[in-house]
Amino acid sequence: MKSHVWRPLYIVLLVIAGVLVVRKIIVPADFGIGARGYMYGWHRPSNEQDWKMVKVKYKTREYCKECHQDKYDEIRQSPHANINCENCHGPALGHPDDPKTLTIDRNRELCARCHFRLEYPTSGRGKIRGIDPKTHNPQLECVTCHWPHDPRKEGHSK
Amino acid sequence: MISRRSFCKKSLLIAGGLAVPLAALELFDPKRLLAEKEDGNKVRWVFLVDTHKCVGCGFCVKGCKTENEVPYDANVTRTWVERYAVTKDGKTHIDSPKGARDGFETTKFDIGEGKFEDVKNEDIDKAFFVPKLCNQCDNPPCVQVCPVGATYQTADGVVLVDRTWCIGCGYCIMGCPYGVRFFHPVYHVAEKCNFCYHRISKGMKTECVDACAFGARRIGNIKDPNDPVTKIIMTERVNVLKEEYGTKPQVFYLGLTKEVR
Repeated sequence: MKSHVWRPLYIVLLVIAGVLVVRKIIVPADFGIGARGYMYGWHRPSNEQDWKMVKVKYKTREYCKECHQDKYDEIRQSPHANINCENCHGPALGHPDDPKTLTIDRNRELCARCHFRLEYPTSGRGKIRGIDPKTHNPQLECVTCHWPHDPRKEGHSK
Repeated sequence: MISRRSFCKKSLLIAGGLAVPLAALELFDPKRLLAEKEDGNKVRWVFLVDTHKCVGCGFCVKGCKTENEVPYDANVTRTWVERYAVTKDGKTHIDSPKGARDGFETTKFDIGEGKFEDVKNEDIDKAFFVPKLCNQCDNPPCVQVCPVGATYQTADGVVLVDRTWCIGCGYCIMGCPYGVRFFHPVYHVAEKCNFCYHRISKGMKTECVDACAFGARRIGNIKDPNDPVTKIIMTERVNVLKEEYGTKPQVFYLGLTKEVR
């Protein structure tokens, strides 16, 4: 039956079929409602794997210990025992291959994160011995006088 | 012919029989009941923050930004530390410059627009630091509002964002009552704390927990009764943020006060 009424209908059907085909191609196969129903469930489960693949940059002190046992032992019996190596030495990443040497942060600001004196009585900060960097030997690196791996010892000169 | 006696008897029997719900006749399988109660998952990540221990050094923020590739100098961060000072005149001062990425190395409070207000030590009644991060809510409003299904909750309770699927509409950023979400300046999608999913799924701790030298941040599995974090949550006086929103947040705080919002 040829009619001007039917022809637009074919076009509509074609468009619908096109949308369905495109949808099939674009929407990932595992996309759907998870266990939590319509309100919370819509997602692509394989994305979890994508997040697990993110590269670990900070490898923790246990990784550093494998080669630098002496440094590990020194800091672990000092008042700085709980400070992780990577807080000051930077993330290990692929060290020692890449990067070969780590960038050690010797800035006064780094030490002042904890040791800028703030007398906050209801916080742990108030119990930490601190200084005012403006008046306490300005311009000098802290490690000139204080040895960070064990603050009870004298510092070193580079 | 039905007698009056048997009519009463039978009608009582039928009425009584109808009153017993079908569910009462069901035979229960104890294993199935246990599985339903436990929802089958052995892991549910939770976080514990001890505000007494936090000193505001900001190593957690620094570490998080590097570990999770959040642009270091952009003023966005997955976790941050707030400084609170309640002074004798009853005022509460709050600041978190750059999310405390560089710690707090001044007594002055950042009040925005490049202005600072000095809060003198002798005026302070109480002052403390509160680390904030995603609460990985059991009823996550950010997941509920996503129109495309780009954000979702894993079986172990962590809310993730599918970067390939997010259209960047920003509903979730507006929907989060904790202000945890932001636009990733590089990927142009919604970004949030995911408890370092790549680390906790390898048996490591989150970077902020590892970076904290004071034990102010801890992560644990609330489904494991022997987990030290679970023990503290179960036995000590912990609180959560904005409980009234009904989001069931899973970051627990020791030492919260009403000034903390």
